[in-house]
Amino acid sequence: MTLHAPSRRDVLLTSGTLFAWAHLPGVARAESRDPRFLAIILRGALDGLATVAPVSDPDWVALRGDNALTQSSKVPPLKLNDFFALNPAMPNLHKMFAANEAIIVHACATPYRERSHFDGQDLLESGLPKVSPSESGWLNRALATLAPGGRVDPKGSRVFAVGPVTPLIARGAAPILSWSPQQIMPASDDTRARLIDLYRHTDVKLASVLDDNSKLTAIEHAGDMANGMAKGPGPAQARAYFSDAAGNAAKFLAQPDGPRVGALTLDGWDTHVNEGIASGRLSQLLGSLDDALAAVKANMGPAWKDTVVVIATEFGRTAHINGTDGTDHGTATVSLLVGGALKGGRVIADWPGLKPANLYENRDLKPTTDLRAVIKGVLQDHLRADERALAQNVFPGSDAIKPMAGLIA
Amino acid sequence: MAVNGPQAAALALHRFGFGPVGDSIAAIAGDPRGALLADLDRAGAGQIAAVLPSSAEAARQVSDFQAERQAQQKLAQRAKQEADAAGLGMANATMKTSDALTTAVQPQPSSPKPPNQPPPLPQQLLLGEAKVRFDAVASTDIGFVERLVWFWSNHFCISADKVIGMAGPYEREAIRPHVLGRFADLLQAVESHPAMLFYLDNVQSMGADSVAGINRDKGLNENLARETMELHTLGVRSGYTQADVTSFANVLTGWSWIPPAEPDHGGEFAFVKRLHQPGDQIVLGKRYPDTGVEQGRAVLADLARHPATAQHIGEKLAAHFVADSPPPSLAAKLAKTFHDSDGNLKEVARTLVTADESWTPQRQKLKPPAEWVAGVVRFSGTQAIIPIGRIMYAQATLGAPLWRPPAPNGWPDTEAAWLDGIPHRVDIASEFAGRAQGVDPLALLNSGLGPLASRDTRDTVARAETRSQALALLVMSPEFLRR
Repeated sequence: MTLHAPSRRDVLLTSGTLFAWAHLPGVARAESRDPRFLAIILRGALDGLATVAPVSDPDWVALRGDNALTQSSKVPPLKLNDFFALNPAMPNLHKMFAANEAIIVHACATPYRERSHFDGQDLLESGLPKVSPSESGWLNRALATLAPGGRVDPKGSRVFAVGPVTPLIARGAAPILSWSPQQIMPASDDTRARLIDLYRHTDVKLASVLDDNSKLTAIEHAGDMANGMAKGPGPAQARAYFSDAAGNAAKFLAQPDGPRVGALTLDGWDTHVNEGIASGRLSQLLGSLDDALAAVKANMGPAWKDTVVVIATEFGRTAHINGTDGTDHGTATVSLLVGGALKGGRVIADWPGLKPANLYENRDLKPTTDLRAVIKGVLQDHLRADERALAQNVFPGSDAIKPMAGLIA
Repeated sequence: MAVNGPQAAALALHRFGFGPVGDSIAAIAGDPRGALLADLDRAGAGQIAAVLPSSAEAARQVSDFQAERQAQQKLAQRAKQEADAAGLGMANATMKTSDALTTAVQPQPSSPKPPNQPPPLPQQLLLGEAKVRFDAVASTDIGFVERLVWFWSNHFCISADKVIGMAGPYEREAIRPHVLGRFADLLQAVESHPAMLFYLDNVQSMGADSVAGINRDKGLNENLARETMELHTLGVRSGYTQADVTSFANVLTGWSWIPPAEPDHGGEFAFVKRLHQPGDQIVLGKRYPDTGVEQGRAVLADLARHPATAQHIGEKLAAHFVADSPPPSLAAKLAKTFHDSDGNLKEVARTLVTADESWTPQRQKLKPPAEWVAGVVRFSGTQAIIPIGRIMYAQATLGAPLWRPPAPNGWPDTEAAWLDGIPHRVDIASEFAGRAQGVDPLALLNSGLGPLASRDTRDTVARAETRSQALALLVMSPEFLRR
């Protein structure tokens, strides 16, 4: 991926990112802060309990057994407070938390209560209260509601889609510019694994060629591992790609006359089999996300103090571990907020508990916080979005879900 | 298998067309064979309506473009020489010159190309032609005739790397008008097309006893004659000898073009008598009197109706559409129709459809890369979203850049040649699927594979992590990759 000096024209040359662009560099901001907002969508359903573990919940170890992160784990989780600890794959997030630059919202969910990825993702990104076809996403609509002369001036704004895919969250009435990186983005390891499995049952020749190729890739990256260049074999490429994409997004958001709002996605969180909470697949993915957050912070430079990044997923996973050392589709999970503009260093949770009776439908972490409240709180206090517009246009039908106050410093 | 029904319909669309779109499986389930035959009878089937530069016009434009670029390079070179001279002058004047000298002769660091600058003219021509070609695939219901166009275009391939600007026009001018016509006409159109004459070096070939040959002390280039016999008509080891090749090459001397720099007719076919070897020639045992350009036309006419040609084409068509090792009886049927109909390609295509051997339920043929890419885009409805340059890039990534085969025998047509590219197809499937909108995985399973979908494939698609992953897995399923 080539990164050019970020003039307005060259802003086209980044990847995996989407920007809403506030055009008028000469316009005086009505307030001193010049806010940046980035949404990262984790597709596939993040296991919130494996990401931020309720280590002091009396039912925690009984619930997850050997898969429960505890202070006696081989690699202990990173302490957040007396109750919660962070997956050890996320040291950068932990540092941000310690510096009051991160908020974790636990037992959090969208209004979606079924368990289809496809519908759940549509709901998360569309911002609609129910599953229904939507051509626009809440981020695009949020931009449209901002008042001229406010913190982000929407006048002349346009939505800027970069990378092969414009996520639904960013689609909408605002015109979309798009650009794709020259290289074909590598497919996720998960997609490869699913295909190898399918081919093993249906087409041995295809299985052989794809399997051999994956092994070669692993060997190719084995050296990197030994050198400490990358933290794992296969996923290293995707990990670097995502870090680059997120880092590039931050470079552009950081520019004084650059875009102010962006979004990108990271797939692969559907950990049904051999989840690898402490070391393995989920650990790799969380490491990728952690790298990306570090890249965002580094590349934001001084603008980090004006930044909020929201990380959200369509739903959580089952509280229990399933029969194949993984977790199935669930309900509540964590949402992560990072950025220098936050009043951070807090885990916000109306903790529902983990006793069977406390679980949603006896299987999932029960949702006690509506994700829309969190996002509305950020949009209102950080971007100065109007509360009525948030309830009617951005998240239609969400009058009853009040914006969460006090997230922004 | 049953002649009618959704299974035969899905097979028909994958094997003979560019794959299903929308509800096309259901639409032709009543009579899949009839639907394929109807595709052959469509008005304007295989033709391109768009108005684009002719091959001669394109050749002239490219010639002008290259001349201008050469002039610019000369100017730049002169400027550099003057700068060098100035630097050397300073070297004589002072001792401290090495930096100045180095600066003067170093090329300036190339600044990134502005993204909005249009590509150079040859690339523009190629993109325009590629778009029209791809749109023909995307907009057709079944695509059987387009598949035939692709087949003949590969059979009579040229390379855009050598024949700059002419690859697209060549296909429109020489291949498409005859794709459902007579093979003899197709052969005449191809071998007399300036693009082919230039690609296989015939424009410079001259008889040793021709006026030009005597004057310039140059002679024969037998490339076109050999490839016409070996690749385009009779087939390798079909009985012709080196003497036949040499004689045929003599026959073809004078088949040339007007140099593209010539402003009015540059790039057009010309029979240049000065280059033509005088006298009779014996090819495959038959004497051809020297009738100028007609001598070559007479040989081509006989090659077109030679039994070895019928057999060669029959085998190649069967291998392309049905299986790497097709039933010999199918090739024989195709060859018989070819022979009996005097090379009527529409009749041959009909035989391909009506022969029972064409409907073997074993689907082992791996779709070649370009066909698969086109099928994915059309199936996912992303033709308006994915730029043509990106589609071409994907095809090139898989080792099959459009109109750029490595050799005159065209792209290989076997599983062994393309199997290694499967891992790359996963990446492309993921990217392209990510661009599709409104993906409903289960509906796609039914519209893309119908009854062909195995239980495993259905489960794999249904359990996908995202809608786009479901689509990627579907187009990477064995049932979609193979036909």
